[in-house]
Amino acid sequence: MITVENLTKSFPHDNGAVVALDNVSMQVPDGAVCGVVGSSGAGKSTLARCIALLDKPDSGAIRVDGTDLVALDGKSLRAARRRIGVVPQGDSLLRQRTAAGNVALPLEAANMSAPQRRSRVAELLDLVGLSDKAPVYPDQLSGGQRQRVAVARALAAQPSVLLADEPTSALDPSTTDSVLTVLDRARSELGVTVLVVTHDMAVVRRIADDVAVLEQGSVVEHGKVLDLVSEPGSRIGSTLLPETDQGSAVPAAGIGHDVVAEVVLVGFAAVGALLPEASNRFDVELSILGGGLTRLGDTPVAKFRIGLSGELSESALKWMIEHDAHVRRAPVSVDGVAA
Amino acid sequence: MSDKTPWPEVIELLRPATGETVYMVLTATLLAVVGGLPLGVMLHLTSPAGLNPNPPAHRVLGVVVDVVRSVPFVVLLVVLASFTRFLVGTAIGSTAVIVPLTVGAIPFFARLTANALREVDTTLVEAAITTGASRLRIVWTVLLGEARAALVGAVGVTAVTLIGYAAMAGAIGGGGLGTTAIQDGYQGYDDRILYSSVILLGALAWGMQLITDFAAKIVDRRRVVTSA
Repeated sequence: MITVENLTKSFPHDNGAVVALDNVSMQVPDGAVCGVVGSSGAGKSTLARCIALLDKPDSGAIRVDGTDLVALDGKSLRAARRRIGVVPQGDSLLRQRTAAGNVALPLEAANMSAPQRRSRVAELLDLVGLSDKAPVYPDQLSGGQRQRVAVARALAAQPSVLLADEPTSALDPSTTDSVLTVLDRARSELGVTVLVVTHDMAVVRRIADDVAVLEQGSVVEHGKVLDLVSEPGSRIGSTLLPETDQGSAVPAAGIGHDVVAEVVLVGFAAVGALLPEASNRFDVELSILGGGLTRLGDTPVAKFRIGLSGELSESALKWMIEHDAHVRRAPVSVDGVAA
Repeated sequence: MSDKTPWPEVIELLRPATGETVYMVLTATLLAVVGGLPLGVMLHLTSPAGLNPNPPAHRVLGVVVDVVRSVPFVVLLVVLASFTRFLVGTAIGSTAVIVPLTVGAIPFFARLTANALREVDTTLVEAAITTGASRLRIVWTVLLGEARAALVGAVGVTAVTLIGYAAMAGAIGGGGLGTTAIQDGYQGYDDRILYSSVILLGALAWGMQLITDFAAKIVDRRRVVTSA
């Protein structure tokens, strides 16, 4: 488990200081994948560098399994670094060393014996699916393969936390997928807590359990992805879920319905059955006015704008809420037209 | 101008002279690497972008390196004469010349080393830091390891420069091809010896460059990948 507590970091600037991180706190439970997202300049890189123990924060703590790593230096800092495996932003492999040589680097730093090192390197390359590339130099690997070697290197010293800083920023969508698969496997097979700093929402969509949204150096949203998406007004929700607002394209969308609402449905059961069942049970006519279906990790999630007609429309809506649908009433004007 | 000396005698004259030049240059290059590499590493480590920024130390090292580098080699020969005599017992001859050659080449190689290390991407250094590697390991594996091709190239540049310096030392009795060219060729009015010496010096420099270029290519594991 990694905990970031009240992290503050500012950089000197022409006139005064620029605050890059302002009292940032977050927590990632054991074995979870947390995405740290935000637009450029939000403080993502600074946060990543602080957690990688490359920059020292002005104040605050970074705890891995309870130990504050910020306070350490010298030999104890070097030992502590092995608890956080880092996939740095950009190309970080030694070009004069083979893939295996790069993965071995942290093991050499930990003074592991050569035979042990060899078998560990083989395991790691196998984990990232690059066993056959052991003797190959980075210049002969593709961008995605290089990044997977970097992940293997980060995992070499058996850290409890894996930090990846923009691991997919230089990759196309299909290679991005191979890197994300490897990060996901690190979590599921090694139980590592994964922190992915990224501007790419596809990363969050694919592998994140948790998410933290940074804005101007502050965490503005933090929690489980599936919890956040169903909260009204969530930034993550509005980014990850399908658009329901069709604006003026369908001006009469609400006309003729007794109730117009937005529903967020999470999970197979809800997505598959909740709406038709409500319609049957209360004998209301249900039409979908907008929205759609998506997938967050392995969980299907839907966001629909629905119109209900029938005497029991209100009861149907209430029943849906009782059955874990997240419903937000659309503002409806007096004559039944959705505003 | 005349060609007094028959070819077989010219060859007899040039053979030991070439040997002396090679001996001076190789020894001085080796000593320059031994002395200049650590100095260059220190120069880089103490720089603002280095692992251990230390502005005062960096400035002192920089001044020492650049001052020695800017002294013309002929002046260095003369200035170091008594030091050389103290060290090897004499100030003339090829062994004696190795002293000023080395003193001149150490800061030269140190500067080339620092420049080569500066080209190593800081991302690589930071990646190594995050693995918990010690400073010594980072210097060895990341800085020197990644800059190896540039460093071998720097050895070549140093050696070629030393061929010129060694010839210059020949003017004041340093031995080797320089002495032969000036004493037997120029002052002896023998074009055959003069030009043969000069051609040999050029060939040595060219050969040295060729060898180190090849060596740099061998140690460099980076390959330019052309998409097929």
